[in-house]
Amino acid sequence: MSDDRALVAHQFETAAQQRSAATLGMWVFLATEVLFFGGMLMAYTVYRVMDAGAFALASHAQNILLGGINTAVLLTSSLTMALAVQASAAGRRRRSVLMLLLTMALGAAFLAIKAVEYGQKFAEHLVPGVDFRFAGPGAGAAQIYFILYFLLTGFHALHLTIGIGVLAVLTARAARGRYTQAYHTPVEVTGLYWHFVDIVWIFLYPLIYLIQVYR
Amino acid sequence: MSGGTSTGLYLRVAAALYLLLGLTVACAFIDMGSFNIVVAMTIAVAKAVLVVLFFMHLRQAGALTRVVACAGALWLLFMCVLTLTDFLTRN
Repeated sequence: MSDDRALVAHQFETAAQQRSAATLGMWVFLATEVLFFGGMLMAYTVYRVMDAGAFALASHAQNILLGGINTAVLLTSSLTMALAVQASAAGRRRRSVLMLLLTMALGAAFLAIKAVEYGQKFAEHLVPGVDFRFAGPGAGAAQIYFILYFLLTGFHALHLTIGIGVLAVLTARAARGRYTQAYHTPVEVTGLYWHFVDIVWIFLYPLIYLIQVYR
Repeated sequence: MSGGTSTGLYLRVAAALYLLLGLTVACAFIDMGSFNIVVAMTIAVAKAVLVVLFFMHLRQAGALTRVVACAGALWLLFMCVLTLTDFLTRN
């Protein structure tokens, strides 16, 4: 019991109160993140409404398979993250460390595939700027599509990179047995962040890759 | 707050997410006109709800946390609705 007390900061009455305050704080932060990505998605929606044909044509340069694989990779990372939180809460150190490492590996795999896709965009002159080349009508709208593509996926990748960094710290601490049944809030709260980044991609995949693919 | 979900349930939720991913790809190849985006976004919302309820434990969370989670979605809805009432009704 004395161990538990030591982990409760002086402004909190109980460990449970401290945990719910931390969880609530993360949800408040995620609400601001919803609007951060929401603003960019709003811009995407308005420009797509203005020139739907050009957006469809531009999106056909995307690789549906690579994007789909990345979606599956990220969904799997959410599963391993949830299992890491579960293992930490149960005080199972080895399983917790294993699941955190798996989550990091899947996050890194996502970024690696994303890097391949970015490389293809550079090779195909689809990066907005002086070297942007797009055949056919609506090249201006197509360039806007790719600006929004790099903006949205870039910020998403940045969030994922930060997530991997936080997980690295958590893994090191979990390996040293810092998280127990009584105290595992950092894992729980980081899990919330990780799942949010997954949700952003759940919306980005159909919006970026799956526009009128039947054409 | 996090102890209530079993490994089996997490695996079932993940399986449902993979199924919905397959469904969204399959639907994208069918020409439904302007309904394609409706179907795609409905599936995306369903996936997000699964993640939020089970992986993020909103199912077991207290009332205050639920209100905050819904507030984010509500303000996003305000932004979308008010912006689109302008852009979709021009000309």
